[in-house]
Amino acid sequence: MAECGGVDSNTTSHTMDKSITLPPDEIFRNLENAKRFAIDIGGSLTKLAYYSTVQHKVAKVRSFDHSAKEAASDKLYEIAVQEEVTARLHFIKFENAYIETCLDFIKDHLVNTETKVIKATGGGAHKFKELIEKKLGLKVDKEDEMTCLIKGCNFVLKNIPHEAFVYARHADSEFRFQTTNPDIFPYLLVNIGSGSSVVVVQSEDKFERIGGSSIGGGTFWGLGALLTKTKRFDELLQLASKGQHSSVDMLVKDIYGGSYACLGLTGDLIASSFGKSATADKEFSKEDMAKSLLHMISNDIGQLACLYAKLHNLSRVYFGGFFIRGHPVTMHTITYSINFFTKGEVQALFLRHEGYLGAIGAFLKGAEEDNPNQYSWGENYAGSSGLMSVSPDMNPMQRARSGTFPFDMLEMDRLERQLVNLPLLQDPSSYIPDTVDLTEDAQAREYWLYCFEEALDGVVKRAVASQPDIPGAAERAEKFRQKYRHKLQTLRHQPFAYGSLTVRSLLDTREHCLNEFNFPDPYSKIKERENDVALKYYQKAVKSLEALSWEDRQFALVRGVLAGNVFDWGAKAVSEVLESNPEFGFEEAKRRLEERPWLVDSFDQWLERLKGPPHRCALFFVDNSGVDIILGVMPFVRELLSRGTEVVLASNSAPALNDVTNSELQILTERIAAMDPVIESALREDRLTLVQSGSSSPCLDLSRLDKVLAMVARERQTDLVIIEGMGRAIHTNYYAMLSCESLKMAVIKNSWLADRLGGKLFSVVFKYEVPVGKPH
Amino acid sequence: MAFNGHQVDDGIVDEEDETPSKLPRCNKEMPGPFGSDHQNEGAAAAGRAASERRTSNPSARHRKDSVKKTRPPFPWFGMDIGGTLVKLVYFEPKDITAEEEQEEVENLKSIRRYLTSNTAYGTTGIRDVHLELQDLTLCGRTGNLHFIRFPTHDLPAFLQMGRDKHFSSLHTALCATGGGAYKFESDFLTMADLELHKLDELDCLVRGVLYIDSVMSGGPLECYYFENPTDPDHCAQKPYPLENPYPLLLVNIGSGVSILAVYSENNYKRVTGTSLGGGTFLGLCCLLTGCSTFEEALEMASQGESTRVDKLVRDIYGGDYERFGLPGWAVASSFGNMMSKEKRESVSKEDLARATLVTITNNIGSITRMCALNENIERVVFVGNFLRVNTLSMKLLAYAMDYWSKGQLKALFLRHEGYFGAVGALLELLHPS
Repeated sequence: MAECGGVDSNTTSHTMDKSITLPPDEIFRNLENAKRFAIDIGGSLTKLAYYSTVQHKVAKVRSFDHSAKEAASDKLYEIAVQEEVTARLHFIKFENAYIETCLDFIKDHLVNTETKVIKATGGGAHKFKELIEKKLGLKVDKEDEMTCLIKGCNFVLKNIPHEAFVYARHADSEFRFQTTNPDIFPYLLVNIGSGSSVVVVQSEDKFERIGGSSIGGGTFWGLGALLTKTKRFDELLQLASKGQHSSVDMLVKDIYGGSYACLGLTGDLIASSFGKSATADKEFSKEDMAKSLLHMISNDIGQLACLYAKLHNLSRVYFGGFFIRGHPVTMHTITYSINFFTKGEVQALFLRHEGYLGAIGAFLKGAEEDNPNQYSWGENYAGSSGLMSVSPDMNPMQRARSGTFPFDMLEMDRLERQLVNLPLLQDPSSYIPDTVDLTEDAQAREYWLYCFEEALDGVVKRAVASQPDIPGAAERAEKFRQKYRHKLQTLRHQPFAYGSLTVRSLLDTREHCLNEFNFPDPYSKIKERENDVALKYYQKAVKSLEALSWEDRQFALVRGVLAGNVFDWGAKAVSEVLESNPEFGFEEAKRRLEERPWLVDSFDQWLERLKGPPHRCALFFVDNSGVDIILGVMPFVRELLSRGTEVVLASNSAPALNDVTNSELQILTERIAAMDPVIESALREDRLTLVQSGSSSPCLDLSRLDKVLAMVARERQTDLVIIEGMGRAIHTNYYAMLSCESLKMAVIKNSWLADRLGGKLFSVVFKYEVPVGKPH
Repeated sequence: MAFNGHQVDDGIVDEEDETPSKLPRCNKEMPGPFGSDHQNEGAAAAGRAASERRTSNPSARHRKDSVKKTRPPFPWFGMDIGGTLVKLVYFEPKDITAEEEQEEVENLKSIRRYLTSNTAYGTTGIRDVHLELQDLTLCGRTGNLHFIRFPTHDLPAFLQMGRDKHFSSLHTALCATGGGAYKFESDFLTMADLELHKLDELDCLVRGVLYIDSVMSGGPLECYYFENPTDPDHCAQKPYPLENPYPLLLVNIGSGVSILAVYSENNYKRVTGTSLGGGTFLGLCCLLTGCSTFEEALEMASQGESTRVDKLVRDIYGGDYERFGLPGWAVASSFGNMMSKEKRESVSKEDLARATLVTITNNIGSITRMCALNENIERVVFVGNFLRVNTLSMKLLAYAMDYWSKGQLKALFLRHEGYFGAVGALLELLHPS
């Protein structure tokens, strides 16, 4: 592996190097608050895990005490920025050569940790035991490697979306990420350490090592070092990626002159690894030998995996351990080998965080009292390096960046709420939230990356403007800009860095980065102002709707929701208009809407349906604050309630753009209830319920929703799901299949997307669907 | 070791009178109608082979005459051109009558004399005298079967010899198998004016194994195993009567490895294969130690110590990894110690050769064991030239099969290790299937 400035390139993997300095704001973040440690020391890499609390600012809204009737302002509610403490898991991976430097650093920055022990696993844990105990003053508590590994694997498969992927070298996208499947068991895990272990995992705590092989990463490294005189593992991999194995290997065509057709063995297949080097009078290049060795070992492990998978009748094999490291040649060879030996019956799956499994497991072992498995966790895109971040070939940019040694990080935030599937998904295992996978669609990727880059100035401006009285806002906003721009650049080169690249992941990454620099809710004041204005029009809007005939009213209600949805700071086309003309009115929005027939138009079917019996319960995923929620959604909800349908309003748990949050919605609903007896009685009788979605994204992942929401949806026998807005109904869930009736409503506020869908700016999507075989 | 049909007849009858369990085999070997009574295809195959051996028996004279009409003209060769070695079997008729002798063309005579009077050809060709089968009856002719090998890269010299000896004037069909039969087909034609009759290597292999085993019964058995494989002090080579051999897993270790599941003479499938074979052992040894021949590599391996190169379970866990039933002596990582610079500097070439041998052998053993489990077969026959003079690997395989299967699997070996493909090719010449 190429080293960065200041590091002697002759450094072997076990030589300590103290001359480097660490950038504390990048590595070992939140170390001051670290509570618990675990370490996994392999043959070449050290993985350190710690659990820490993070203090960050959150925007809270609170209703004014109206009984006091203070002149208190014309403000609708109070926005307070509070400090909140949340839990975060940090994982850092670096080469063993830097272990002493890192331990010193940790010691110096560790303020007060309650713990006296450090959980340790991995083959090297023994070797560094004394060093760790001396440096940190913590007692090293060894944990079984395999147990840690399995624990870690179960954890990432359950908690990290797009953790596992299939590798296909010649496909449009080399990486095909798997959605989190609620049923991960049983599966086969092949852990390639210095040797290889084959483990069948039956359940959370039950697994069995069913076999293994002495051929593994150590064989590649050991034999490779002997053959090429190259010492470092990553250098060997680099050599291999430049070599031609056919000069060293005896291929089928070397023996047959062509293919061995009757057995279906093609001419390029390796008949005998190193078969051509059986001679004393020829020199072979290091690159070719390394490539041949990599092929030999990857093929062999792939074959062994197949034999075990077949014996135990398993169709998915996950590969973990230090050998793969996201190296394309290795993944390709293993995949090829598995396909070859099983004719496609067994699938080879790789893991984005394969290197961390042991450390995660060791940490979990030590944190059982914190019940980490009771919570849902989410990857913090702002603090995690992507896949292959330290691979010298893949990401030259990142390496040039820090001027220190290469390290890789993973951060996971403990979510306040436990997340589960929406029980109304037709097939949870095949549900994919995102409509377009930008990893595969290069054209769309190009556009959206450009789009987010373009919008960055505006976001920075908004962020600064949102904190006029808080010091350092401009500076932090600038840091945010750098960080997010860097993420966008990384994604341009490696769209697969954080799993499938989607509009949702781009939006979420931006939210994570904003939070990182303490901009918890840049839109809070705008939202408040718009909510305030919209509330003033509520009664008038309701009155004018009531004056309409039933049929006209149904249409007006739908148009209202759609027009309200035009008010969206998340879409560039709209935010410009809003910025320049804050008085942009509801009526103006209605005029801008596309005339029927809409781009997607099933309004007639919806109207027909409304003539029938009322729904039992509608679950409504709402979108924006202001006009959208108050003048668009609420009247629509009011109509449903009047029909006798119970309504559950699901809104974000935490801020994202100008989306209405659950706490804001609570206040707004109370205000509306004070003006509107229909809403008031529905609230009182519990026919109108507000729940939080568990999300803080402008998009919607129906497989990760608040447990309470899922419970309420089930208990109320929800038979209608309404999803509103571009982020939730077009970027995500456009193709989502539900087991009950569903309504997806959105206005396309992006001309590129409109173009793609065959429409134009402000085209309307009104998609009413009834599941097949389910007449209402 | 040499024996002829008559001796075998007597021997078998005597022996089998005392050993009733072998009676069915005796019946199978009866020529003519007796043999066909048996439904089992394998038995029929054995019967046919045995009947050929006995055609000098007067009662079979009638049949002999008819055979004579269909049998091909001499010389009789079977050839297997592999990635590393060419294996050649040659049938030397010993029952040549004076009349025949006179008729025999000079070319034919010269080839016969050249092959049978030498044990080495050029610098690399070798006749494995110890494997020679004497007084064998094939197609009504009695003679000796010779086993000859030379490196594939010397094939041009062989073709040159064929050209010099005007082999093509003999109008014989040359049956050849192995990949080289395809690769060098045009060379045979252009350099020696010989047309190859190309045969599938696995067909030939299976046929050859079953044939040789059947003609070898009675004498020192073709098939053997290692008794007490897990106890080095009491480990001994023992003959194994391969009666009713099906189903069996046939592992052919040449440059690469093929694994076949054989259910009867005509019913087999290739289960899998691996590119880590004899070629890998030699190729890696040449790179690691600078040696250049298989014999050199084996010699070095016999003097080395692989535990200095490999990382054992006990090197990692201090002893057994009991939780998973891994003994401390098991190899955890082949060449794993070579990750360390100091250890790389302290090992000898012999150690490296030994580790290479152990790595390749164990890997073949472990793939074989998984195949046996998947195919539900308990008997494994290892063949191929990787095992030639390679007792180390055979004992390792025997050990590995026994230990990891807890005694369920038996590793069997055949004396004619690498020649079965060539024998199969010869049989094809005599009895086109």
